[in-house]
Amino acid sequence: MSTVFEHIVCSFCGCLCDDLSVEVENEQIVKVRRACGNGRGFFTDYDPTPRPPLVDGQAVSWEEAIEEAARILNASDSPLIYGLSSTSTEAQRKSVALADRIGAIIDSTSSVCHGPTGLAMQTVGEPTCTLGEVRNRSDLLVFWGCNPLVSHTRHFARYSAMPKGTFTPEGRKSRTIVVVDVRPTQSTKMADIFLQVKPGEDFAVLTALRALVKGKTLDVDTVGGVSIAQLEQLAEKARDARFGVFFMGMGLTQTPGRDMNVSELFTLVAELNRYARFSVIPMRGHGNVAGADQVLTWQSGFPFAVSYARGYPQYGPGEFSAVDVLARGEADAALILSSDPVAHFPVAAARHLERIPTIVLDPVPTLTTKVARVFLPTACYGVDAAGTAYRMDGVPIRLRPVLPLSRPTDEQVLDQMIEKVM
Amino acid sequence: MSFTLITGRTAAQGQSLHKGKESEAYHRATALVEMNADDMARLGIEEEQTVRVHTVSGQVELPAYSADLPAGMLFIPMGPTANLIIGTDTESTGMPPYKGLTAEVEPV
Repeated sequence: MSTVFEHIVCSFCGCLCDDLSVEVENEQIVKVRRACGNGRGFFTDYDPTPRPPLVDGQAVSWEEAIEEAARILNASDSPLIYGLSSTSTEAQRKSVALADRIGAIIDSTSSVCHGPTGLAMQTVGEPTCTLGEVRNRSDLLVFWGCNPLVSHTRHFARYSAMPKGTFTPEGRKSRTIVVVDVRPTQSTKMADIFLQVKPGEDFAVLTALRALVKGKTLDVDTVGGVSIAQLEQLAEKARDARFGVFFMGMGLTQTPGRDMNVSELFTLVAELNRYARFSVIPMRGHGNVAGADQVLTWQSGFPFAVSYARGYPQYGPGEFSAVDVLARGEADAALILSSDPVAHFPVAAARHLERIPTIVLDPVPTLTTKVARVFLPTACYGVDAAGTAYRMDGVPIRLRPVLPLSRPTDEQVLDQMIEKVM
Repeated sequence: MSFTLITGRTAAQGQSLHKGKESEAYHRATALVEMNADDMARLGIEEEQTVRVHTVSGQVELPAYSADLPAGMLFIPMGPTANLIIGTDTESTGMPPYKGLTAEVEPV
């Protein structure tokens, strides 16, 4: 006999869609309704069968594996804790406590997605709003350097472009959609206005747009591949808008200029508040990467790239961020929490994880678990483990598991490690 | 001829990663390079032909596919194959140069 769970949250991406219907039969997920192509496999391809931890590829008891992990961390002079973004806020808290206890460097996947956005927020502030306000109020949406129809597949339908809300009774027709990208994408095809920027020229285009919004005249015909006429059109729409929202992605943070690009966009958004209500929301990738920023900030004062080596938190993007630490070969042990840096880091940084003892907590085998000295196959947050996650707009959402818990959670394992380290 | 390389998410990459990063589906989704069709013709590269992509950080051989990209741009889906040619200079931000690298392409 099957049970259908309603209003289930998908914790795969930062949208945290909370309207899924998940059918479970004999403690197996047999059907997922309303999930997107990216989220469905998160539920259906997860095998919740308890598995023994591995030490050097050999199955051992949980007690032995945690003992070995603690031994590695105790023997380390410069441990790195990295990942955090695909686990619960509760487990993230424990990972920060562990870092504090052992004097580790701790960094989340933010440093390779919206770390530059964090730097921009610290420079110019964050004019923000919730996705509920976007749904009910927005009449101008600008997507800059992101492709929601691929990366956050239901974003347009559930939160931004399409939904009918209190002050947006006609849904899509109530809004003007602008997409800015260096290439045509699925999302640019949905746009009313597509601005195609030359690669690496976002900063110049944003600066020109700031000038045009203020009514200044520019003595050029194009900036960064975009005509001044098109930018004038966007500036006019922005000044005439009632409630505008910018969404921004890796097209700004991973492009030359990085945090400077984002600072320029956030400054534009702040300035547009002279004309109407304007906000900006970063398109957060992993399900709880926003939570990683929240937890690290409330615990240490800084959103990512934090070192506890001196006994107090120090902030150092470029110094304590994981890619830099690994590329310089500075970490002599690593604990990876629900992340796959071997797949997603530049190879010169990833290879250092093969040279040092690496401990990995992850519900599924990955390229990083393959090189791990200790692999702890924990429960999956939002599927068989409960917890809290932060949506991309900073709204915390409780995750209700659909499967009974038969594996230890990240939180429980980290708790036991904290007890065993010195 | 120099190209600008960008890496990023694709639908096939996002969906196949749940099958495991050693699955055939994930490999097919991430081990490829997309190019402007005119650039391919200029370099004498056929559809699905293996090409060598160089950056200052390394080189990799991949099948090339024509795509709706501006001239002079290369796109490789994010993942372990793309990361073979991405460097680690984060310019003191923590962020590697996943987009905007200069690259060269030649048929193999």
